[in-house]
Amino acid sequence: MYLMKLSVKEIEKIATLARLELSEPEKQMYADQLSVVLDYIEMLNDVDTSGVIETCQVTGLEDVVREDKAQEASEEIKNKLIASFPEKMGKLLKVKAVFDDQT
Amino acid sequence: MSDLNKLTIVQAYEGLKKKEFSSVELTKACLKQIKKRNQDLNAFISVFEEEALEEAKEADKKIKAGKQEMLTGIPFCVKDAICTKDRLSTAAAKILDNYIPSFDATVIAKIREQGAVLIGKNNCDAFGHGASNENSMYGPVKNPHDLTCVAGGSSGGTAAAVADHMCIFGIGEDTGGSIRQPASLCGIVGLRPSYGRNSRYGSMPMASSMDTVGPLTKTVEDAAIVEEIIAGHDVLDATTVNEKVAKFSKSLSKLSKKLRIGVPKEYFELEGTEEETKNIIESKIAELKKNKNIEIVEISLPMTKYAIPVYYIVVPSEDSSNLGRIDGIRYGVRKEAGNLYDTYAKTRAQGFPEEVKRRIMIGTYALSAGYYDAYYRKAQKVRTLIIQDFDKVFAEVDLIVTPTSPFSAFKIGEKKDDVLAMYLADVFVCPANVAGLPAISVPAGKTKAGLPVGLHIIGPRLGEEKVFQLAQLVIPTAPGAGRDPF
Repeated sequence: MYLMKLSVKEIEKIATLARLELSEPEKQMYADQLSVVLDYIEMLNDVDTSGVIETCQVTGLEDVVREDKAQEASEEIKNKLIASFPEKMGKLLKVKAVFDDQT
Repeated sequence: MSDLNKLTIVQAYEGLKKKEFSSVELTKACLKQIKKRNQDLNAFISVFEEEALEEAKEADKKIKAGKQEMLTGIPFCVKDAICTKDRLSTAAAKILDNYIPSFDATVIAKIREQGAVLIGKNNCDAFGHGASNENSMYGPVKNPHDLTCVAGGSSGGTAAAVADHMCIFGIGEDTGGSIRQPASLCGIVGLRPSYGRNSRYGSMPMASSMDTVGPLTKTVEDAAIVEEIIAGHDVLDATTVNEKVAKFSKSLSKLSKKLRIGVPKEYFELEGTEEETKNIIESKIAELKKNKNIEIVEISLPMTKYAIPVYYIVVPSEDSSNLGRIDGIRYGVRKEAGNLYDTYAKTRAQGFPEEVKRRIMIGTYALSAGYYDAYYRKAQKVRTLIIQDFDKVFAEVDLIVTPTSPFSAFKIGEKKDDVLAMYLADVFVCPANVAGLPAISVPAGKTKAGLPVGLHIIGPRLGEEKVFQLAQLVIPTAPGAGRDPF
């Protein structure tokens, strides 16, 4: 892999995927900073990892299971959760339409 | 009795037991210190004065009824990125400025079950991202030893609060040094347990494969006491191990055999380590060497230099995924816009500080199509090699000793714009996270400027008992009363 300098266009793509609105100066700043970080990370390519198995967790635990049983929350907790909705209609959470052609 | 807030857990427990003072008096002493100093230190985002005094009254009743437990009536504080029932938990980010959890994190529930008094929630780097506490949207935390310096991070508010005697002990979260580094910079004790030892349930997730919750205390004995209470299997966290938790506080002075301690040569050859820090740690090691039960050997951890680059792929990747849920839809502060996409993008843009956005973007990039193998999978493979490095060394030695931080507390603003320099602050502490190992920072001395320097002890997986035993040897005496015990 070669040293990669991220462009503002690439930053825009990443920000879209990450659901972050960025100002123009922010795009430039992150393009510069992410390039520095990615450049630093490149040093991992010095390490020969052929035949090495990746570590996804360190506990050695396998197949941790429990009974698939729903636990009912108390009315008190339900009401608290509803109270913390940013916008609601009665007991329902109100959100923007997912599809553009509907309101 | 004056200065009750300066007591350790053990001292407070004894005093409450002997009825020398009440929990209400103890809590008032802490609240008084918070009122006096928090405007300077900015260590708390929330202080629960009324609720804490209510809890203290309940604790006094419990003590009077002869039902006192170790933490009954003892005031403590919690990093704001850990959920506390019915108490504001912002993670130091404006997107959660109004978030009040309906539950306690398991670790907090265990402490509160004993009747400990939750006095407030601490400022931190937002969502635990940082090593200086400058990434909080509620302003930086100041170091109690020098108000122009950082307190460290990310659990900087908790470290400052404990060091400044605003509470008796604190609970923080450590993904890459976030308990130990601020403990070192503030001159207190901070333990990061083995991954899987303490439940992570209710600790806002950052990097799920490295996060741990642990205590920040004034003495090693206090850290051992809190750890034995909060450790253990939890059905709500499938990564907790079902291992027996030893009574760490009872075996502190019971070294069963000679300890072989490894000093990694790479850690002392590192460029950028402050000379005074190096000298303090080296003289502490020389001091330990005089103990006939301790043997010091030089070891090598050649893969250790790759821990930071591994960390800065794995952590942002897991971060970007975990923080996907923080979107202002079901809770938190939503910024309404014309459509759903803009609502997400504006909410997150306004609710996250710069460093959080930076990590989300690094992670999003590293996990995106075409890059997963080159970054995340590669890092996870190097992670395996780092673990093997430690395994090899732990076949030869019982514990490893290093400095906690390459430098003592630095000036606020000094490293803020140098992203890499800030990331390197965690160079000694983050390998333990990458490998899932237990580690502690204990005060080892002070620089000429009066800033604390911490010694870092790393143990093998689930080897907390020995970590505590060596830590106790490093600072054997319980600190007496005094603003600055170390």
